[in-house]
Amino acid sequence: MSRITELRVNGRVERIDAEGERSLLSVLRDDLDLTGCKYGCGEGQCGACTVLLDGRPARSCITSIGGVGQREVATIESLEHDGHLHPLQEAFLKMDAMQCGYCTSGMILSAYALLRDNHNPSEGQIIRHMNGNICRCGTYQRIIAAIQEAAKAGPEAK
Amino acid sequence: MMNDASHIVNRRGFFKALGAGVLVLYLAPVDFAQESGGSRRRFGAALPSDINAWLHIGEDGIVTVYTGKTEVGQNIRTSLTQAVAEELRAPTASIKMVMADTELTPYDFGTFGSQTTPQMASRLHRVAAAAREALLDLAADRFKADRGTLVVADGKIFKGAGGDGAGFGELTKGQKLVKTIDDNTPITPATKWSIAGTSLPKVNGRDFVTGRHKYASDIKREGMLHGKVLRATSFEAALDSVDTSAADAMPGVKVVRDGDFIGVTGPDGLSATHAVGAIHAKWTTKPQPSSTGIFDYIRKNAGEGGGRGAINKGSVETGMAAATHKLTQTYTVAYIAHVPLEPRAAVAEWNGDKLTIWMGSQRPFGVRDEVAQAFGLKNEQVRVIVPDTGSGYGGKHTAEAAIEAARLAKGSGKPVKLVWTRQEEFTWAYFRPAGVIDVSSGAGNDGVMTAWEFHNYLSGPSALGTPYNIANQKCEFHGAKSPLRTGSYRGLAATANHFARETHIDEMAAALKMDPLEFRLKNLTDERLKAVLEAAAEAFGWGKRKAAAGHGFGMACGVEKGGHVATFAEVAADVASGGVKVLRATQAFDCGAVVNPNHLKNQLEGAMIMGLGGALFESIEFADGKIGNARLAEYRVPRFEDAPKIEIVLVDRKDLPSAGAGETGIVGIAPAVGNAIFSATGIRLRSMPLVPDGLKA
Repeated sequence: MSRITELRVNGRVERIDAEGERSLLSVLRDDLDLTGCKYGCGEGQCGACTVLLDGRPARSCITSIGGVGQREVATIESLEHDGHLHPLQEAFLKMDAMQCGYCTSGMILSAYALLRDNHNPSEGQIIRHMNGNICRCGTYQRIIAAIQEAAKAGPEAK
Repeated sequence: MMNDASHIVNRRGFFKALGAGVLVLYLAPVDFAQESGGSRRRFGAALPSDINAWLHIGEDGIVTVYTGKTEVGQNIRTSLTQAVAEELRAPTASIKMVMADTELTPYDFGTFGSQTTPQMASRLHRVAAAAREALLDLAADRFKADRGTLVVADGKIFKGAGGDGAGFGELTKGQKLVKTIDDNTPITPATKWSIAGTSLPKVNGRDFVTGRHKYASDIKREGMLHGKVLRATSFEAALDSVDTSAADAMPGVKVVRDGDFIGVTGPDGLSATHAVGAIHAKWTTKPQPSSTGIFDYIRKNAGEGGGRGAINKGSVETGMAAATHKLTQTYTVAYIAHVPLEPRAAVAEWNGDKLTIWMGSQRPFGVRDEVAQAFGLKNEQVRVIVPDTGSGYGGKHTAEAAIEAARLAKGSGKPVKLVWTRQEEFTWAYFRPAGVIDVSSGAGNDGVMTAWEFHNYLSGPSALGTPYNIANQKCEFHGAKSPLRTGSYRGLAATANHFARETHIDEMAAALKMDPLEFRLKNLTDERLKAVLEAAAEAFGWGKRKAAAGHGFGMACGVEKGGHVATFAEVAADVASGGVKVLRATQAFDCGAVVNPNHLKNQLEGAMIMGLGGALFESIEFADGKIGNARLAEYRVPRFEDAPKIEIVLVDRKDLPSAGAGETGIVGIAPAVGNAIFSATGIRLRSMPLVPDGLKA
């Protein structure tokens, strides 16, 4: 696979020099210092590496950088603006929806995609949408509550 | 024995490093490490009596606290901040916790065994209380006022209510005051707490929701390379021959060999993975036991009981003779994995003969000592820094990843990051041991238990005894040879022993045709345990609600590590489809005075979810020295759809010292769910996991 020299990330075009076969996760973390996305399993099973690709949640550990093309990548680092947290970030803090926090950025980005499509998801819809993200500390009940809380912020929590 | 806090006793050096101020040092009595499981008991011996925690208040009013404890998601960075803020009457934002850095923090034996709250928190209460008293002396001097008229509030000391005030920073200006304290220093009783005892949010929570927090696996150093280790094809395989020429020829790749250790470094993870894949190694394997038939293997390879934790009371023979109902059953638990979402990871950097390691670990000083030993260094030549870690659950006690990263860094001459893959984590870490438990009991027609005999093989002696008041008892742990490497795990053997005991109690209640709650209460005298059982029963609606068709209710209770727990569960179970769903669970918990109600609830909920995995489906499969399900697609851990509605009832005993709460919340869920499945279907399950392949009649 050829070398990839640019990547659209968080509203910018980043210059990179990466073998196309490398994972998006590795390029984001190691080349661009966007370490909010995490390695958890390398098989797309845990969701810790979740980023948004053109707004849709993607498992960056099994996405090759060569396959990203012109699509826009959004990471957790893009959610805070001028010191203001996104309603989902606020809600995760309010509900204490984490323990070790290692799954948190993947959880927030998966939830972000859900709320963009559905401003008022039912509990069942939240569970179905989020089921691919593992919180080994077991804070699921709190994460559901945080997503419901953020949904109250309305379309702002897009 | 010297330890690494010794350098700070040099007062001049200390104040030079940190600036003027007030310094309070805690001199610890001899500690005894709690059970850490497996064979790693070498740190269970008496530890040096020396400085164990310290606190500095600088001229800027910032309070800096130093402790060797590690944050792994249990939120002790927050709860320990509360302990200090409580005694100093200072805003929590003015308190900075320096944790788990072997060069900066005093020696600590490790963060396990639910010891941070009972030990470290009470020590920090004392350190901070002594600092407050020192500040009061300074303020009395400054204001020329009687100490009794001064008021401490909000990081300041006031000359009476509404009077002039001076901030901590003003008071410490130019001071070089040192105090040493011990366990006799008085602290604020829980009944008067105003900051401890409240639901302070996670102090650095914002760093986690923004992705800003740097875990060990996020650390990047100048010129850093990525490492990968060549693994044996099976446990105990011996390396016959190896050809690294293809890997050697790869651009940017360095093959590092040190005895049987072979690894590679590369500019990125993928090139290192390709390089290690290009190494041709031949291994001689040897036959090993498999998970099929493991329980027979354990029995055949078990030793005599009667050692650690053994209980002998009255005569089981006499008690059995007096019983009208007798029951003998065997219970088993499988090997399971911790599956911390952040796998073992380390970054190693050499500077001359000094080595710095960043690693997620529950034992920074233990890791330092192991690394120093591996490289023939003195302990002080190795610095281990543990950033707040992506969980551990008892799984991050050992130094393998650090030693491997350090070998690769030494061989390549560059800093190296090594992150274990999930498959490596599932294979080369250690496991919660499997176990076999035999239980015999007897009871009279009146429901009073007369005899109890309990033998645990391999899984461990924690919670070996029974909280039930039974006149004749024999409880023994039998060590056994384990085909897999075993070690610490959240709740460790207490989970297995509670599963066996609380399932057996339920079976006896059924044999006696007694309500299982009534049967338990009849045989319990521990008032705290009875109180949580009654509180959970009330909140759950036991005896008031009837289970719907296909649903069942079950319960379990116990005492472990100072925590008193009662767990109730409602399940829906369908024999035709094999489906089991835990719908709701209620848990009442008493661990003395509650330090942070919301974080305690979070811990208990999390422990129940984690316990649900081991209860229902988690099990390590192995054969011929290989793990058969070393992937998350094959080893099932609880997900959103598995989580029941959980209700936590806290019994806050402000009159009692706070016990730790990271572990005990896990012990009740498996027997409560098993007992609920019995109540729903009449099927009695005696093996954890209960339904790895669905419910079978």
